[in-house]
Amino acid sequence: MLYNEPSPLEIKVLTRRFGLPNSAHIDTYLATDGYKALRKALEMTPKDIIEEVKVSNLRGRGGAGFPVGMKWSFVPRDSPKPKYIVVNADESEPGTCKDRLLMEFDPHQLIEGMLIGALAVDAHAGYIYIRGEYRYLIDILDKAIAEAYERGYLGRNILGTGFHFDAYTHTGAGAYECGEESALLESLEGKRGVPRIRPPFPAVVGAFQCPTILNNVESFCAVPPIIRDGGKAFADLGVPKAGGTKLTCLSGHINKPGVYELPLGFPVDKMIQEVGGGIRGGKKLKAFIPGGSSCPVLTAAECEGLTMDYDAMAARKTMLGSGGVVIMDQDTDMVKAALRIMRFYAHESCGWCIPCREGTAWLRKILQRFSDGLGVRGDINLIGELAKNMLGRTFCPLGDAAALPTISIVEKFRDEFEAYLTRQPPPSRAEEPLRVIA
Amino acid sequence: MADPVKLTIDGRQIQAPPGTLVIDAAKRAGIEIPAFCYYEGLSLQAACRMCLVEVEKAPKLMASCTLPVAEGMVVRTETPQVAQARKATLEFLLTNHPLDCPVCDKGGECELQDMVFRYGAGESRFTEVKHHVEEKQWSPVVFYDAPRCILCFRCVRICTEGMGVGALGIVNRGVLSEIAPNHGDHLECDECGMCIDICPVGALTSGAYRYKTRPWEMEHAGTICTHCSNGCKVTLGVRNHEIVRGNNRDHSGINGEFLCIKGRYAFDFFGHPERLQSPLMRIDGKLQEVPWSRALAAVAAKFQEVKGRGGKFGVIGSTRTTNEENYYLQKLARQGLGTNHIDHHRSGDLVTLIDALSGRPNASLATTADLYNAKAVLVVAADLASEQPFLSFQVRANYRHHQARIYVVTEKAVREDAYAAAVVRGGVDGVESLRERLAREPELAILFGASVKGEELRKLVEFGSSLSIPVKYVCLLDYSNSRGAIDMGLMPELLPGCRPSEQPGMTIPEMLACADLDVLWVIGANPLARGQLASANAFAVVQEMFLTETALAAQVVLPASSAYEKTGTVTNVTGEVQRLASPLRKMGTKPDLEIIGLIAKEMGLAPLMGPWDAGKVFDQIRQTAPGYNLPLPAIASGGAAQTAALNGRVAAPSRPELIQSAANGLFESGTLGRYSKILHSVLEGRGRT
Repeated sequence: MLYNEPSPLEIKVLTRRFGLPNSAHIDTYLATDGYKALRKALEMTPKDIIEEVKVSNLRGRGGAGFPVGMKWSFVPRDSPKPKYIVVNADESEPGTCKDRLLMEFDPHQLIEGMLIGALAVDAHAGYIYIRGEYRYLIDILDKAIAEAYERGYLGRNILGTGFHFDAYTHTGAGAYECGEESALLESLEGKRGVPRIRPPFPAVVGAFQCPTILNNVESFCAVPPIIRDGGKAFADLGVPKAGGTKLTCLSGHINKPGVYELPLGFPVDKMIQEVGGGIRGGKKLKAFIPGGSSCPVLTAAECEGLTMDYDAMAARKTMLGSGGVVIMDQDTDMVKAALRIMRFYAHESCGWCIPCREGTAWLRKILQRFSDGLGVRGDINLIGELAKNMLGRTFCPLGDAAALPTISIVEKFRDEFEAYLTRQPPPSRAEEPLRVIA
Repeated sequence: MADPVKLTIDGRQIQAPPGTLVIDAAKRAGIEIPAFCYYEGLSLQAACRMCLVEVEKAPKLMASCTLPVAEGMVVRTETPQVAQARKATLEFLLTNHPLDCPVCDKGGECELQDMVFRYGAGESRFTEVKHHVEEKQWSPVVFYDAPRCILCFRCVRICTEGMGVGALGIVNRGVLSEIAPNHGDHLECDECGMCIDICPVGALTSGAYRYKTRPWEMEHAGTICTHCSNGCKVTLGVRNHEIVRGNNRDHSGINGEFLCIKGRYAFDFFGHPERLQSPLMRIDGKLQEVPWSRALAAVAAKFQEVKGRGGKFGVIGSTRTTNEENYYLQKLARQGLGTNHIDHHRSGDLVTLIDALSGRPNASLATTADLYNAKAVLVVAADLASEQPFLSFQVRANYRHHQARIYVVTEKAVREDAYAAAVVRGGVDGVESLRERLAREPELAILFGASVKGEELRKLVEFGSSLSIPVKYVCLLDYSNSRGAIDMGLMPELLPGCRPSEQPGMTIPEMLACADLDVLWVIGANPLARGQLASANAFAVVQEMFLTETALAAQVVLPASSAYEKTGTVTNVTGEVQRLASPLRKMGTKPDLEIIGLIAKEMGLAPLMGPWDAGKVFDQIRQTAPGYNLPLPAIASGGAAQTAALNGRVAAPSRPELIQSAANGLFESGTLGRYSKILHSVLEGRGRT
């Protein structure tokens, strides 16, 4: 059972099997061109596979948008060390819920993507690192992996070609930080999930100190269609510098929330109005998060003429991110929104570096106090300044992820913060004595 | 060596070897980049973000602790942006830091305090409720106050990497992160206190020192640890005539930052209530307090009387007294009392080693620095981590920093196994199975324990020579001046400098078994703990700090000062001579040098002996003991001077049967260990007493 009705405006490439009966089963997969790309890739040279992925203009779907083909080409194929494939299925970015569907409804597409990646870099083992909260997906993936072994798509001598590859699932323990690729590798190796010093990057020194391809679930899932139908066909679906489709997760104050596969460059306005069925209750748009809560928030005015594309977003000083679109209507309390976002980051900060560990906790406390009606005028500037003190100075991007939305909310919705200062505190809070200041 | 890289830091042209980190390159050029988590010799963290600098063409500030130098790189460390970043980081750090500096042990020598003074803001904008957790005690000597912790992870790294123990880890996440023991709520470790020492703030505090004083109220005296033979430099913090702290404050000396539990905490025998503070004489069968003058007169009279009638003396020296005392003692015994019956507790067959090395090319004695630099190290029949903690630290650091190959041949599992290139379980013969691998090494340092002695040792040296590579040896010994006791001739068969004695006298077992022994003179040793004195009429004189088994059997007990109250020199296991400082004196005691001198004076032998001044006696040692003609400035300035290697046969019988190591573990130290409350408290904490 799908979670939402598909939209006629979708271009279904990665999600083409969604809604088919028993879509996760290998028979369904094989009946719908499954593992055809693998057969094709087995006859291609590794260089050609990477070239095809480069032609597709596929950019990393985890959030950073780094070209996938280029990332693969960094792996030193002639290294004497074993190489690994690691799938980042630690989908934790608030507002993002696409990878779970890809794994739930079409797990074999992911396995096939891994296999093609393995052929490209001569890897013989791959790990799917799944966030702890996606426990049910482990069962689905393990079942799919077992089916693939049974049919000879995994294991030794795959399809009689002599190529061998083993796939494993590995569960995280519920840390947002482990979605950061180097922290994910630490966690995969059984250590505390804190990021590594980079460089070296995982392509050279990754899992178990070996060269590793590490990509998002959606990135891997895009590989079989690219190899099957050619990189160009995929590239043509999108815009010049970013090919293909993107699974977009619409949430918030929208009539038809859900996951929709839209081509890159899809107009935001059309997405909200036609795909999402408009804003709930016919209200107006106030704020727009384009790709998960780490992205700077856009105002309704900034969304005018905007398209869902990496460069278009960058031009408006935000990011396409993971495709987790959050719609906030005119009644949204932006102070509370900022608090909600900061609570998340303060909870998820791994504690490794000072600015993020202390900064997120401090900001959470200020925003909590502010939203409780105990804010003072100086707090507004302080929030912005503290966020800027974190920005670009933390060990990993989590600090930036916490700082960017906060800075954008304070700057763009400053009047709402001002209004809080004159608002009567709620009675329950007003009676509470001011907490001790230490 | 690759060509140096040229770069610019703060407008200055600097050259540094490729691979140097910017923070190090700056330091060498005299430019300080502040950092908490960066610590030379430990793995990189880049966690504290204090070392951020501006690098031309980089879009944002870069952490200089993980940034290698690059040709043409332009770095700026003092720009307004960098200053603002440092200030912001410190402001973040102080949000949950309790600011209880007025009661914190670290106040006055706290890196966070220093940093805030220099780079931070006087006022904080933080007006929220601080995160607080209760303080925890992890062991009798280690306390952890999480709110003070800045999470630089130095403690975790020194424990895991430096000590090879890994007792510490990190729990929780974000602002709730804490350092925690890896075994539930307590430490299972060496209790070395390195974590406390390396802590930049007052998060980890010492059970022995906490809340006793402020750092500026102490006098700091750099001296040499009196426990094992490794000869670590230790700074004693002295306040009101009490030792309140031991650490190596300025990281000088051979041991740098290293100290084990004994060096760091087991100074407390100094103030033990049972410490002898008055001479005792046996009057009416009971030991009774008498004045020094009476005790010394009685000893001198007895010595004179026995000497006059040609009676038998037995003199037993110490493995902890200074070289000067040992030299002075053997001089008085041999030239004043006319006896060669002088010995000490032997814990390693150094004499056979020196003899066996004689005339061999490419074979010599190793120094502590060699253990850090040798390309390969072989450990034979010794548990370094337990019995020779600093040497163990050196070998481990060599492995970590230089990827040295470590080979282990021991009966039982040892800590070195974990990173050894090869492990052989069994006796010294096991080295044979490593022959091929060892012969491929460019050089080798061999450490061997007390069980390798006599013929077995000669075979080991023969094996070393057969490898046809340069081999250096360390003969492991027990106590702080075990080496000096051999070098100074506290042996019946050897004079100072391993010159043979013409008329070898009695050894310790022979003295104890001698039925007509007239005088037994014991200085800082406890032979009667293990043996019986056969001679019923022997007049026993004992110079001791405590009423040991031997002291209890004495006619006269003279209260001696400890090594922490003396001047003079000691020689460590690898032959490095270092100077003791004497920051204090226990009332009523005298240093052994003075006691020996006073006895000689009473006997009218002062002209023979010369003054009991450590410096003057050391002059005599330099002139008479081969290998000890050392450069004085190195020693006087608190450094170590390597004794010259002896080369030549030792024309004296080797007595391997007399060699018996006490095999003291980390929490034992002979008599001194018996009187250290802290060592006991740690053992009690583990249910082992």
